[in-house]
Formats: sequence, C-alpha cells, structure tokens
Amino acid sequence: MSLIIYSIKIAILSYIIYSQMKKDNLFTRLLTLFLTFLKVGALTFGGGYAMIPIVLEEVSKKKKWISEMEMLDIIAISESTPGPIAVNTATYVGYRVNGILGSIVATFGLALPSFVIIFVISYFYKDFMQWQVIQAAFKGLKVGVILLLFNAVLKLKKGVKFTIIGVISFILALAVMIIFSIFDIQFKFMSLCLILYGILLGIVLTKIGKMEGGKE
Amino acid sequence: MVFFELFYTFFLIGLFTFGGGYAMIPMIQEQVVGKGWISEEALTDFIAISEVTPGPFALNISTFVGNTLAGPFGAICSTLGVILPSLIVIIIVAMIMKKFIANRYVQGALNGVKPIVLALILSTALLLLVKVTLFGGHSLQSEFSFDKRSLALLVFLVGFITIYKKINKKSLSPIKILGLSALLGIIIFTV
Repeated sequence: MSLIIYSIKIAILSYIIYSQMKKDNLFTRLLTLFLTFLKVGALTFGGGYAMIPIVLEEVSKKKKWISEMEMLDIIAISESTPGPIAVNTATYVGYRVNGILGSIVATFGLALPSFVIIFVISYFYKDFMQWQVIQAAFKGLKVGVILLLFNAVLKLKKGVKFTIIGVISFILALAVMIIFSIFDIQFKFMSLCLILYGILLGIVLTKIGKMEGGKE
Repeated sequence: MVFFELFYTFFLIGLFTFGGGYAMIPMIQEQVVGKGWISEEALTDFIAISEVTPGPFALNISTFVGNTLAGPFGAICSTLGVILPSLIVIIIVAMIMKKFIANRYVQGALNGVKPIVLALILSTALLLLVKVTLFGGHSLQSEFSFDKRSLALLVFLVGFITIYKKINKKSLSPIKILGLSALLGIIIFTV
C-alpha cells in the first residue's frame, strides 16, 4: 500500500518538475546544472576533456546560457587554475549560470556519482583482490597505468614551451625526484616545492622581461 | 584528528595541482603513500580502478582514500578538501573573468610551472617502470628481482599501441589500453 502512495507521490513530483522545466527560473537553472554535471560525473571516464561535449550540448546548445566561444575561455581558465579541470569547469559554468549557489550545485552534481561508485567499490576491493585472476589482471594493469603516464607526458609535452630555462627546470625537477627516490629520502612536500619554484620563476622572469606573456 | 588531516591533505593536493588528472599523481603519491595511508601498490591498483570507473580521477581517489581510512565521513572530508580550492579560486577568477587569462604574470607563472609538472609526471612513470620491472613492484631499496613477464607485457603493449596508431591514425583510448593490459595480465601471470 505504502509503495503505491509512494509511486503516486513520485509521479506528481516528476510532473511538477517536468512542467517547471520549460520555464527559466531559479529552480530549473539549478536543476539543469545539477543534472548536467551529474551526467558528466557518471558518464565521463578519466575526466578532463571527455566532459566538454556533454557540457556544450546541455548548457550552450539546449539552454543557450553560455555561448560556445565563452566555453572555450572557461576551458582555458579551468586548465590554468589549480584543481582538477572537471571540477574547475563545473564551478565556473555553475557560477556563470547562477552565481555562487549555481557553482555549488554544479560541483555537487559532478562529485556525487564518483562518490557513490567509489564508495561501493572500496567495500569490495579487499575481497576482490584475493582472487588469483584479479591479481594477475592487476599486475597487467600496472604496466597499463605506466603506459598511460608516459602517454600523458607525450600529450602534455605539446603545450609546453621549452625555452632554455624551461629545459633546465625540467631536468632539475626530474633529477631531484629520481635522486630522492634512489637515496630513499622521504620528503612529502618535494613536488609542492618544485611547483612553487616553477610559479615563482615564471613570475620573476615575466617581471624582468625574460619570458613572454600573452596567449599561446 | 584523522578527518581534519584528510581534509587538509586533499585541500593541499587540490590547491597545488595544475592540469588535473595525472598531474595529481606525484603529489598524491608523496602525501598519501608518504603518510602510510595506503601502500604504493594499492595506489597503482587504484589508478587503474579509477580509470575504468566514471568521474574525474581526483574525486575518485579522494573518495577512495577517505573511505579506506575513516569510512563515509572520511570520504566526505577528503572530497570536500579536494573540491574547495577549485570552488574558491574559480569563483574569484569568474568575478574578474577575462583579465585573468590575459594577465602576463598568470601566463608567465603557467609557462614556468608547465615544465615542472611534465617532469613530475615523467619521473613518476620512470620510477614506477623501474620498480615494476626490476624490483618486483617494491621500492628501489628492496631486493633486486627482474620481472621478465612485466617487461614482455610492456614491450608487447607498446608495439601494439604504435601499430594501432599507424593503422587507424588514432590512438587507443586509455580505457581500451587498460582493458588490453588486464587481459594480457591474466594470460601472462596465471600461466
């Protein structure tokens, strides 16, 4: 009996939501943001660029809230600010559509699927790893992950300007990381220090005019 | 206080990662493995798991580490930690919008940091490669054990990917690379 009442309630609720969807008010804006990024979170593998077509379709083509040109700017900014690209894009699009509330709703939508899926997986993970077939598969996967990392290096290489100073930074960082590992020096903030060094170096070089600014 | 520790660690990771995804791995490795929260082996396993499940890598790994360490509330703390820097920075940037990306100091900082990020990812890849093929997946201080099966798998995969790219003019997607390596792993390591 309660099940019937429950489904009637859901039906009424979905009708109200559906009838509201056609209007452009606070409720539809937030709901569309939430659903769009829920979709992004649930359907994109590996994050990052895979999400862009979905966001374009929902936010630019269907709703026309953000022009496609502006989406390009948003992507560029998401890449050049700290944090995961997907989270940055969700926050930015959310902000443009409905201010701070919009950015929170969009980011929440993005995070929800990951949270639920990984939450479930982490419970089965240990038992799962006991199986011999799975262990063998994961030994293979390790090699696969290494390849993906090399792949990422090759892809990202295209966006890096290798000036003399850039090459020196690159070699320095690589050498430090490898030497630390060979001599087993435990320092949790090594890559953080190297990143800060890179940022400061870039700013100082721009200041003294040794590095070009402007768009690439 | 483990919850605060989780939040703070992932806040730092979120704040100092540029480019997301794999750029995050070196820092996650230092912090999460360095603190003894999960083993390096579990982390590599999890990178593979994260790649075959939907959602951004950063959110997947923060949920996983948080939940492994301190249950559901831990997962919430670490996820909030990794999201919050983005939320704060992007909202500020969105307010000043276009001036930000055109600013020459921002561009300068980015040009300065990009080679470093590249080196960090490359060093992670190289060290993992050496560990897996020469030290049985353990640290460089452990006993030397040459793993010819992993090496064979690597050579085969590199060859396959290169040939696939030549023929199809398109690189194999990450998820297919992992699917193939899992399958080959089952064949090579169970025989």
